[in-house]
Amino acid sequence: MAHADTHALHAADHHDDHKPHGIGRWLFATNHKDIGTMYMVFALIMFFIGGAMAMVIRLELFKPGMQFVDPGFYNSLVTSHALVMIFGAVMPAFVGLANWMIPLQIGAPDMALPRMNNYSFWILPFAFTLLLSSFFTAGGGPAGGWTLYPPLSLQAGDSFPLTIFAIHMMGASSIMGAINVIVTIMNMRAPGMTLLKLPLFCWTWLITAYLLIAVMPVLAGAVTMLLTDHYFGTSFFNPAGGGDPVMFQHIFWFFGHPEVYILILPAFGIVSEIIPTFSRKPLFGYDAMVYATASIAFLSFIVWAHHMFTVGMPLAGQMFFMMSTMLIAVPTGVKVFNWTTTMWKGSLSFEPPMLFALAFLFLFTIGGFSGLMLAIAPADYQYQDTYFVVAHFHYVLVPGAVFAIMAGVYYWLPKWTGHMYSMTLAKWHFWVSTISVNVLFFPQHFLGLAGMPRRIPDYNVQFTDWNMVSSIGGFVFGLSQLLFVAVIIQSARGGPKATAKVWDAEPLGLEWTVPSPAPYHSFSDAPEVH
Amino acid sequence: MLNRKVATVMTSLAAAAPTLAYESTYNLPVGATDVSARVYGLHMMMFWVCIAIAIVVFGVMIYSIVKFRRSKGAVADQTLLHSTKVEIVWTLIPVLILIATAIPAARTLIVMEDTRNSELSIKVTGYQWKWHYEYIGKGVNFYSSLAADSNEARQLKSGIDPHGVKDYLLNVDNPVVVPVNTKIRVLLTGNDVIHSWWVPDFAVKKDAIPGFINEAWFKSNKVGRFTGQCTELCGRDHGFMPIVVEVRSKEDFAKWLADKQAAAKAATSGEVAPTATAMTTPAAATTAAL
Repeated sequence: MAHADTHALHAADHHDDHKPHGIGRWLFATNHKDIGTMYMVFALIMFFIGGAMAMVIRLELFKPGMQFVDPGFYNSLVTSHALVMIFGAVMPAFVGLANWMIPLQIGAPDMALPRMNNYSFWILPFAFTLLLSSFFTAGGGPAGGWTLYPPLSLQAGDSFPLTIFAIHMMGASSIMGAINVIVTIMNMRAPGMTLLKLPLFCWTWLITAYLLIAVMPVLAGAVTMLLTDHYFGTSFFNPAGGGDPVMFQHIFWFFGHPEVYILILPAFGIVSEIIPTFSRKPLFGYDAMVYATASIAFLSFIVWAHHMFTVGMPLAGQMFFMMSTMLIAVPTGVKVFNWTTTMWKGSLSFEPPMLFALAFLFLFTIGGFSGLMLAIAPADYQYQDTYFVVAHFHYVLVPGAVFAIMAGVYYWLPKWTGHMYSMTLAKWHFWVSTISVNVLFFPQHFLGLAGMPRRIPDYNVQFTDWNMVSSIGGFVFGLSQLLFVAVIIQSARGGPKATAKVWDAEPLGLEWTVPSPAPYHSFSDAPEVH
Repeated sequence: MLNRKVATVMTSLAAAAPTLAYESTYNLPVGATDVSARVYGLHMMMFWVCIAIAIVVFGVMIYSIVKFRRSKGAVADQTLLHSTKVEIVWTLIPVLILIATAIPAARTLIVMEDTRNSELSIKVTGYQWKWHYEYIGKGVNFYSSLAADSNEARQLKSGIDPHGVKDYLLNVDNPVVVPVNTKIRVLLTGNDVIHSWWVPDFAVKKDAIPGFINEAWFKSNKVGRFTGQCTELCGRDHGFMPIVVEVRSKEDFAKWLADKQAAAKAATSGEVAPTATAMTTPAAATTAAL
């Protein structure tokens, strides 16, 4: 009762801050911050579910011999780990950050399409319930790899339709989220905020949203064809009926490669916000950053077949995809050089967001180097489908995308909760994560080069040492993420009050002009941007 | 010109240290063929290019982190916003590096794709979960499955220590036998799902796809036993269908082939030899035309 009274008083004081009560606030949420929070919490839960699967994988691979799981179940783990981490953890985390930050950064009161925002979030728990419940069907979970290559994926049991429909739902959710981002950024910017004054996080998300709208329907089409091949007697991918299994790979990777950039472009945006703040100096080469992002997005549509050099493409095809893939190094290089030059002659301090952004800078670049090696088609014949590839994409996705998300959370968390968190605890999280992530993934380069294929549950004894090292790194990395949860809970519950600027710096961007925590309806009156 | 020089230097570097990298637990093998040595050379060339770039880029990053600390009184230079000159330079330099590396890569790729003038053709068919080899025109074909002792040890909670098993998971009942210094053409297809045939020492990895016939080739300069594994997820026992290629002297191979042919003749009088049912699609024909 007392609580309700204070709330009523509070509401009377700040009419704009009126919040709906109880479960309805979340079920019927239309507020960008509430939906953003739900996305972030959902992503965190999925991060732990996908992480638990990875822990079982690393446990089985700790030493040669089959100790814990059946090979079929192992394949289900590998498949679901990927689907959960990509569609359940990284993508929703980025959408959550977009929901929270885009209106704050462009000076808008909310997202443009709040009710669609609600749908796009609430589809996700149902999609992942379908996907994860498939583990309890006859034949177990999906075990054909997240790439769903036919004919193997068509051999699945009852998990098959559940997986397909889950992917359809995830795609619908992503498209709605993307439409919302585009409409919001295009229509609701504060007066004076021209496109080339847009914060880079908004820019990278705008481009990401276009990528999502372009490729999610392609994925939906591909999996629908799988569905009809399985149940309705079509032969899109069945050679016995005149179909072509390689066509699926072309369609899948036409989605899949832009998808890779969907997972990394918002990370570029976050890092481009954080490095200038803690270098106390504006971003070097803002225009070049925008153009580089757009170039990467364009190139992502013409490089897809570098995922399939071994399928037997004509020589000319292999040449084209090798050269176009190498070109990506140019705009990506521009970005890395710009971030580095932003720090040059700066005044650097090393708060947790900056630490994570710096780890991103170093470790994403290592992932970029192995990417450059993988682009070389003749060498790719040796790397393809080995642990070298596993090391490569985990370097760009874990200390790449995931570290950028963590950097973003540490950067904006006080703005969301109004409380500072324990810098000591966050720094512990940083150091343990950064060291263990390298112990986890660096030896996988060696394993792949020495000849260990990916997606195998057991291996020859020559691979034992590096697998043990990698597993130990994995367990430490997994455990250290509990520190992340501890920091978030602590900041949500209380702590020293955060100022509007939060950081001992002059962070640019409209989000720092509102108090912390940000008001429920971010900007009732549009701010002027000069 | 420079690229060719770099490639030559790298290849000779690779050739100079074959024992070092051979059976390495952390690097690619130089391998047993000219192509695998070239691929190793490309791999090391790219590795050193990456190391060189890393030294420069990480060097600047680390210098900035050490030198421009606020705690040491560094004051930010607010005028450093962009510089067209510098930006053009760091766009062009990577382009030049890429062109320099693409040329040797393209040359090697052309050699790898040239399957003409082979002296022996072997059709490899992937099954869940074993390989079938057919020596085309020689009347010899057989299945090749995981060796029995490995198969026993790899069962869940078998209690058998893999260290005591000979070539654990890299041993088969019937290895492929080929002659040394002979260009072998491999024709690959799949019977059920997609598999991929990989022998690192030959730098050969090609998918075995139902409905397609893919081509690859190798010419081993060394006699010996070379192993590999399936590298395309093909179901439950994907990890348990290894490849073993035994390269023998031409005389030994001829003797082995004669023995096999005699055995096949004795065994199949009246019996039809199994042939994989694979169709040649237009796409496969295109590959063959190259």
